[in-house]
Amino acid sequence: MSLRLQNTLLGTLKYLSLIAGGLVVLFPIWVALINALKSNSASNRLGPLQLPIHLDWHNFVVAWAGGDLGHAFLNTLYIVVLSVIGNVTLGTMVAYVIGRFDFPFKGVILAAYLVVQFIPTITTQVAVFGIIRSLGLFDTPYALVLLYLGTNVVQIFIYLQFIHRIPRSLDESAMLEGASYFRIYRSIIFPLLMPASATVAILQTIAIYNDLYSPYLYMPSSSLGVVSTALFRFRGPYNAHPNLILAASLIIAIPVVLLYLLLQRFIFAGIVNGAVRE
Amino acid sequence: MSRQRFSLSYKAQKAVLIAAFLILPIVLLATLSLYPALKLIFYSFTSWNGLSPRYPWVGLANYKAIFSNPLLFSSFGHNFAYLVGGLIQNVVALYFALILNSKIRGRNLFRAVLFMPFVMNAVAVVFIFRFLYGYQGALDALLQGLGLKALEHDWLGNLSLVNWSLAFVSLWEYFGFNMVIYLAALQSVPHELFEAAELDGAGRLQTLWHITLPNIRSIVQINLLLTISGAIEAFNIPFIMTNGSPPTATFLTNTVNVAFVFNNFGLASAMAIVLLIIVFVVLILQRWLVGIGRDAV
Repeated sequence: MSLRLQNTLLGTLKYLSLIAGGLVVLFPIWVALINALKSNSASNRLGPLQLPIHLDWHNFVVAWAGGDLGHAFLNTLYIVVLSVIGNVTLGTMVAYVIGRFDFPFKGVILAAYLVVQFIPTITTQVAVFGIIRSLGLFDTPYALVLLYLGTNVVQIFIYLQFIHRIPRSLDESAMLEGASYFRIYRSIIFPLLMPASATVAILQTIAIYNDLYSPYLYMPSSSLGVVSTALFRFRGPYNAHPNLILAASLIIAIPVVLLYLLLQRFIFAGIVNGAVRE
Repeated sequence: MSRQRFSLSYKAQKAVLIAAFLILPIVLLATLSLYPALKLIFYSFTSWNGLSPRYPWVGLANYKAIFSNPLLFSSFGHNFAYLVGGLIQNVVALYFALILNSKIRGRNLFRAVLFMPFVMNAVAVVFIFRFLYGYQGALDALLQGLGLKALEHDWLGNLSLVNWSLAFVSLWEYFGFNMVIYLAALQSVPHELFEAAELDGAGRLQTLWHITLPNIRSIVQINLLLTISGAIEAFNIPFIMTNGSPPTATFLTNTVNVAFVFNNFGLASAMAIVLLIIVFVVLILQRWLVGIGRDAV
């Protein structure tokens, strides 16, 4: 076989694989979309792969109102904003101290962060549950904010990777001008860590948005639904209306997909920096 | 003289700053991660019901129960489906990363599509697949349309199949994550290596086996570690799909149900400890294998 033929075949194989992979990813989403757009009577007449004859947005309207999804979005937004502000503040502080100074027990602290990362959050809920209750935070959004601040430690490693790339000469020249360490943190480190903060904020937003178990456990009141629990509650009452459940699923899934398509660069950087330690 | 004064004040500043910046993060880490982990050990020797102020000591009874009650320990069998799915997931992820790492048109578009499931809400993903897998549902309709009627199944109703159906959802949702990590690793392999291999007349498979894979060995190990611990901790998909009912229960859905449905926090804590030990054994094994790998190179 000539080299050229071999290259052509290989190129074709690559594209066929990518297209096949793309179809496997998109097929479930496509099926969800065309069926969410079918009225009940239409879905009785048509097979699950047949296109609706006319687009019926009724399911989306009913899902939005019936699931109180507007409220769920607001609750989620509130928790995301508080957690992200806290995470970025605490994360940059820890990274500054660990990344720039030597002090006793630094290794222990770093090791604690590493170990905690491998403790599956759900397992410790058996014990965390009591702590949250004794703090009087059960069934409030602050239980979740506290939990997200305390257990999402991957961000520390993302920040540490970034801070090593900020030249120490910047700190030193600021010190020659008499800047305090706090001033250096506030005026040099924090602003220069912005790309890392963007990454942390996006990853944290996605993680909180997609988390089901913590809100399910700590915020059982129906008025405190976040997007995941609000969607989860469709199971049961709406079981006879699969098209409605699909509409609700798309309402919940699509905003983050759009956010992701806009901000891919930060997400990929964060995924890699969070998983791979230098 | 003034320099002296400054360096002293920086020294004092440093102590204050370290204390001030670390106190809150460490308190949070300790109360929400480390202390609960220790608490678990204590609970695991009691029959605490989660509410009572009494913690009746039962010794090792909870641990014995885990290994003697077939319903509890055998749920690891269901985790096995996620483990196999996870290994396939890594092969698929590496395959697509290799393709995306070559000069190819539409690279960013394909990467964006393949990673997309990872950012989708887990509840939404499971609901969509529940529809897809439904009895005579969309998947069966697709198979029929492709002339593969023989492959039609009751994907969720068939008890020997259901965990594999769920493991596929996991693969679908998470392979993009592994792919992005593999892709970053491949991009950091020096180009000269491939050029040298080409000059030596190495074939594609030879290059993959002798140049590419050894250079991303540590990334392969990280991905495998994440995959294996993910399989041991499989929770979301069976929990959302079936509330962790017995045919699909994993060890972790059982742990959670034992605690929060059956109020047996003592037994659940013992299960959590067993799970943690397994995860850390895997972690240590991985570190050890990395060590061996380094020596061998």
